[in-house]
Amino acid sequence: MSQAATKSLRVYFSSSIGKKQIMAVTGLALCGFLVSHLLGNLLILVGADAFNFYAYKLTSNNLIYVAEAGLAFIFLLHLFLALNLTLQNKMARQDGYYMKKRTGRGATLASSTMPYTGFVILVFLILHLIQFKFGPVYSTVVDGVEMRDLYRTVIEYFAAPLNLTWYIFAMTVMAFHVGHGFSSTFQSLGFNHPKYTPTIKKLGLAYSLVVALGFAGISLFCFFQN
Amino acid sequence: MSDKTMMLNLKIWRQRTNKHKGEMVDYKLDGVSPDMSFLEMIDMLNEKLIRDGDDPIAFDHDCREGICGMCSLMIDGQAHGPQALTTTCQLHMRHYNDGDTIVVEPFRAKAFPVVKDLMVDRSAFDRVIQAGGYNSIAVGNAPDANAIPISKENADLAMDAAACIGCGACVASCPNASAMLFASAKISQFALLPQGQKEAARRASSMVASMDIEGFGNCTNHAECEASCPKGINLSNIARMNREYFKAKFTNNEA
Repeated sequence: MSQAATKSLRVYFSSSIGKKQIMAVTGLALCGFLVSHLLGNLLILVGADAFNFYAYKLTSNNLIYVAEAGLAFIFLLHLFLALNLTLQNKMARQDGYYMKKRTGRGATLASSTMPYTGFVILVFLILHLIQFKFGPVYSTVVDGVEMRDLYRTVIEYFAAPLNLTWYIFAMTVMAFHVGHGFSSTFQSLGFNHPKYTPTIKKLGLAYSLVVALGFAGISLFCFFQN
Repeated sequence: MSDKTMMLNLKIWRQRTNKHKGEMVDYKLDGVSPDMSFLEMIDMLNEKLIRDGDDPIAFDHDCREGICGMCSLMIDGQAHGPQALTTTCQLHMRHYNDGDTIVVEPFRAKAFPVVKDLMVDRSAFDRVIQAGGYNSIAVGNAPDANAIPISKENADLAMDAAACIGCGACVASCPNASAMLFASAKISQFALLPQGQKEAARRASSMVASMDIEGFGNCTNHAECEASCPKGINLSNIARMNREYFKAKFTNNEA
């Protein structure tokens, strides 16, 4: 790469707009991941064998390591930029207001709590990996192939009402996070149009509801399997 | 003229200089006419303070017609007060009732340091403009009307963006003290017109860089700026700036 190009890229990635556009792209990618994860989880409703076989197919493909590394990179980039931007934003107003009122026509509960909901999602994600991916390993046989019985791990986890409550709470928090995040990505990437923006906002709301209700619904289903 | 006057409880930020610590001070003001503007009400308080031998409250103002962008103030937690599309100087006391408590403090942002009391130094905005908020192409004498074809839509949008008076309410109301609505209005006003497009990439690049250097925060798309802008500058300008900046960085040689 030429020196000028490197400089241009460096300036872009360290600028306020460059960073928020990276936030947008990584956020949107993570939104896509949520959809694929939800679709996979829906197999729990089909049955133990279908879900276990899907999980087996997914994890026995070597490309999964590339996909996981990519996902981790996207997540960490989103997290790192979030920290960086939030700290910068706090620095931009060190002396707070004696009284500050929202106009009611701008910021929402979802938009004002992004760093906090993001933090809850981070904690959730770490626990989620410990509880499932690195959780109790059981074995089962589907069509003569021995594989991990992830279905049992999931059902056992949701037997505890506390686990179910935490999970549903985390999904509610996530609904708020992506509720602001989804439509926000379009604005950050420069896509704002009187014709389409109202629809994008509704789409973002619908997306957050579908994803949160989807995951929470499946967790309830698992709870009642016990 | 209504002859009914009111008594107000004012909580006003007093700060001697940027080096001193400030505090909220309570004032009682009687005889406020509902026909007064908000600034006239503070004038009245200042006359009383001067008569009493106290230091009058410093605040910014100039045209008092809502077009210069000099007046500021956070009134009851909102930039330019509770009225939408209204500068502080155009806010009138008829919106208040006898016995009301009103909190008045300066616009707060690291990039807008307090000079004294309610006065803040907004010259960071001037420096952002100096970075590229102008057109440097010499055009000679005024050209014939319609010599350069411009679509009605773009002319209207450019005019809407140009309505920005640079008051800083966007920064003051933004939870992140971001100046993106201001910068984007200036970038848009030129980017929408053929005369401004020649320098669009360089302008977007250097104005964004200048905005970042001044220590304004980052945009997180709350839209509080749009809601509190006395001139109704639209959020779509920030989206345009985002596009212009991306374009400048990835498709232009000089930016």
